[in-house]
Amino acid sequence: MADAVPHVGLPPVTVNILTGFLGSGKTSLLKRLLTQPDLKDSAVLINEFGEIGIDHFLVEEVDEDVVLLKSGCICCTIRGDLKEALLDLDQRRAAGRVPAFTRLILETTGLADPAPIVATLVADPALRHHFRIGNIVTVVDAVNGARNLDAHPESVRQAAVADRLVLSKTDLADAGTVDLVERRLAALNPAADIHRLDESRTPEASLFLGDIHDASARRSEVARWLASESLEHHHHHHDRPDVNRHDDVRAFLLTAEKPLDWARFGLWLSMLLNRHGTEVLRLKGLLSIRGVDTPVVVQGVQHLIHKPVHLDAWPDGIPGTRIVVIAQGLDPAIVRRSFKAFVDTPAGQKAT
Amino acid sequence: MCGLCGTFGAADHWTDGLGEGTALSPTAERRRRAQIANEVLGLYGLKLTEWANRFTLTGRTGKSAVVDQFGGIWAEAERLTGRACDPLDPAVIEAMEARQRAGSHG
Repeated sequence: MADAVPHVGLPPVTVNILTGFLGSGKTSLLKRLLTQPDLKDSAVLINEFGEIGIDHFLVEEVDEDVVLLKSGCICCTIRGDLKEALLDLDQRRAAGRVPAFTRLILETTGLADPAPIVATLVADPALRHHFRIGNIVTVVDAVNGARNLDAHPESVRQAAVADRLVLSKTDLADAGTVDLVERRLAALNPAADIHRLDESRTPEASLFLGDIHDASARRSEVARWLASESLEHHHHHHDRPDVNRHDDVRAFLLTAEKPLDWARFGLWLSMLLNRHGTEVLRLKGLLSIRGVDTPVVVQGVQHLIHKPVHLDAWPDGIPGTRIVVIAQGLDPAIVRRSFKAFVDTPAGQKAT
Repeated sequence: MCGLCGTFGAADHWTDGLGEGTALSPTAERRRRAQIANEVLGLYGLKLTEWANRFTLTGRTGKSAVVDQFGGIWAEAERLTGRACDPLDPAVIEAMEARQRAGSHG
């Protein structure tokens, strides 16, 4: 259930957001990825920042279906242009004026917070049945990554929201620096896969392929969220090690052994996101729901929660609710206590 | 439009679509959800009632609002009461914990 409803004739296009701080190597990565056969039927949209047109030249050489967004950035201004560009592309695709691409890669400006882009796609009624969000890929360069994470909140938010983190320019930094940035990223976003990249290595198409909408990849994708050692570390030790100095961004786990009542969970999460949506950078959960035979996957970016999807079985064979939360400025202990207070059914009450 | 709901009108919300798997009719399920919500809404002097495939949210003064989706009640709750409805507020957590304890004895 719950995958996007396709419009007549054509299946929904998977949208991959490619983000990363200025100079991190997004366009270089994109250019190399687009030569791979698995990503051949991808269209590309670029949100250009300022007057520097370098991205434009590079990508135009790669793909003729490039549409440039004219506005600089960020939040609100991007949405109008983005919506128009997406609708225009969709109409051209439906009319056969461009090849029937199945994937759209959206490269953001280096300063963009990806959340408004997700919001545009998820919340707009004209778009959300034609497009669905695939993996969000964030590029962090090994040379300047640590400095950017320290100095720029956008950089932290981009890393926190990612499904895949690409550590670029690993051949230009010494091994100690690369390790340190990687550990910081793993602590900041334990649910994301981290890929090291240098000039000699071909980036994997799987950065974009194999997302939660893909039934064949779904179980291994969820297993990946939950497997992180650093998440366990955070779960048990609230005082973070030196590798994670992202001010108040924390990743933590919510768990429940007994199946949850879906209404109680929905009530709590919608209440939390209504008040603290901008602080919840990413949420990825595998849920055991009372009365539902299969595990349920819930995920969201800030206050936007995607439609839940089902898994056919528990990824590790162990039933039980586990939710990864990456939040800014929220105390994990308070969130855990609130979660328990709201979702546990009073013992004397009938469950249904 | 509410970004949380991601929809206009009464179209689907992420909180819809996953029932309890029991034989409850949609109306009965909405009644059950309203009852659960009222455990929390009562702390703010509000009451949710199932009404014609939707919900109505009513305050102590009689002010009310129609809410299309179960997950969309909080923006209206804050508007009606003029208060922040914060599940991380220690007083709210304590009240919910006390309710659970009382439930366990009942």
